[in-house]
Amino acid sequence: MTDSQQVTARPYPFAAPDRLNLDPHYARLRRDEPLIRVQLPFGEEAWLATRYEDVRVVLGDARFSRAAGVGRDQPRTMPRQPDLGMLGMDPPDHTRLRRLVAKAFTARRVELLRTRAQEIADGLVDEMVEAGPPADLVERFATPLPIQVICELLGVPFADRDSFHRWSEAIVSTTSLSPQQVQEYLESLWGYIGELVAIRRREPIDDLLGAMVRARDENEDRLTEQELVQLAAGLLAAGHETTVTQIPNFVYVLLENPSELARLRSDPALIPSAVEELMRYVPLGAASAFPRYATEDIELGGVLVRAGEPVLPAVGSANRDATVFTDPDRLDLGRETNPHVGFGHGVHHCLGAQLARMELQVAIGTLVGRLPGLRLAVPEPEVPWKSGLLVRGPLALPVAW
Amino acid sequence: MEERPARTRTTRTAGGLVSTAWRVSVDPHRCIGSGICAGIAPGHFRLVDGLSTPPAETVDPADPVVDAAESCPVEAILVRDAADQRLIAPES
Repeated sequence: MTDSQQVTARPYPFAAPDRLNLDPHYARLRRDEPLIRVQLPFGEEAWLATRYEDVRVVLGDARFSRAAGVGRDQPRTMPRQPDLGMLGMDPPDHTRLRRLVAKAFTARRVELLRTRAQEIADGLVDEMVEAGPPADLVERFATPLPIQVICELLGVPFADRDSFHRWSEAIVSTTSLSPQQVQEYLESLWGYIGELVAIRRREPIDDLLGAMVRARDENEDRLTEQELVQLAAGLLAAGHETTVTQIPNFVYVLLENPSELARLRSDPALIPSAVEELMRYVPLGAASAFPRYATEDIELGGVLVRAGEPVLPAVGSANRDATVFTDPDRLDLGRETNPHVGFGHGVHHCLGAQLARMELQVAIGTLVGRLPGLRLAVPEPEVPWKSGLLVRGPLALPVAW
Repeated sequence: MEERPARTRTTRTAGGLVSTAWRVSVDPHRCIGSGICAGIAPGHFRLVDGLSTPPAETVDPADPVVDAAESCPVEAILVRDAADQRLIAPES
């Protein structure tokens, strides 16, 4: 069986991201070479898994470890080796931290926030309508909605958003910031969270951050002070950077698929399945990231992955696998069977998935329902795109209605 | 991956009762197949056709089973005492 000694690594990513298009290499790899050797801009060589079935194994099987990558020169698109907190751990360490906050993000708890999220979304559309078209959807709607929701959930003052939103880029930056800026922003973010923690030590506050502080102060074995601050900073940053980017991505895809958008307008009951389909269809990640290290020799996709070798899961490719999704490159907002891995899979399945789903449903439902003439306010080629980040999306999305 | 034996959970009962067996169930209508439980407690949960399925309904008390129930994003996992049906996890 083929192993890493017998194949030459290819440079990866194959090309710079082109809007939200999935690189065509993936379709050929899924068909002919489901696991290949790749060399990323930084770190050691890796395997790249492109089929749905294999990606699910890499993400879900306990023999593939994130913790085993600590201390290794991990394959990555950024110069620095980030300390990823929970995302760098395996159970039971990972579970110890995740359990502390998982309760706040269950479907049941998130549903209680829906009315408030709807109120925020309606208020933002009111302001856009009042000012009149055109408007930058990123700035006027997609950014403030998730930020306000995570602020209220966590207990972070919305008034400080300009500062912490700027610092949060450090969490998703690959090359957009220099390593010095990344460090500086991270320290600013941690310092800021540290102050909010100190306030809760002086007077208990009933919010998620307050609950996290109590959890630590009641039993210091649960998490260290550094874990507390980094976990909260991670929730704040990761808790909005992704949704802030996905809302304009979803709107862009809908505007590029007018018949599907018309279908959604005529049948708003499709909103939940539309959000799942858009999660499948949009390759949010600019490139595969967060390699898993094999803890024993494992046969996968026709090759032998040796113990200690890293494997990158190509989530965007898995979501286009024709063995799982009928007509995978077609956007079908009514798709019935949709076990996509857009939120990942396994122990690191997105902690905020239920919150993100709710916010995306509210966002798309509100925009489609209240702005029936929604359209791009500039020719499509003039939409500017982010670069140098782990995620891809429009930098600005000028719209009219 | 080795699962830890129960460290404290057997004492987590009212009136000093100690559980000797638990009953594990997964609500297939709630399960979204996140795979979190199968990752935390691979011996106690596995995905069958995309949904979490406990290979054994009655199990010895073990921390990872509670961890899995507490970590489920849709609270699809229920862990009860096999003898008297007391709810072991998740906490409400």
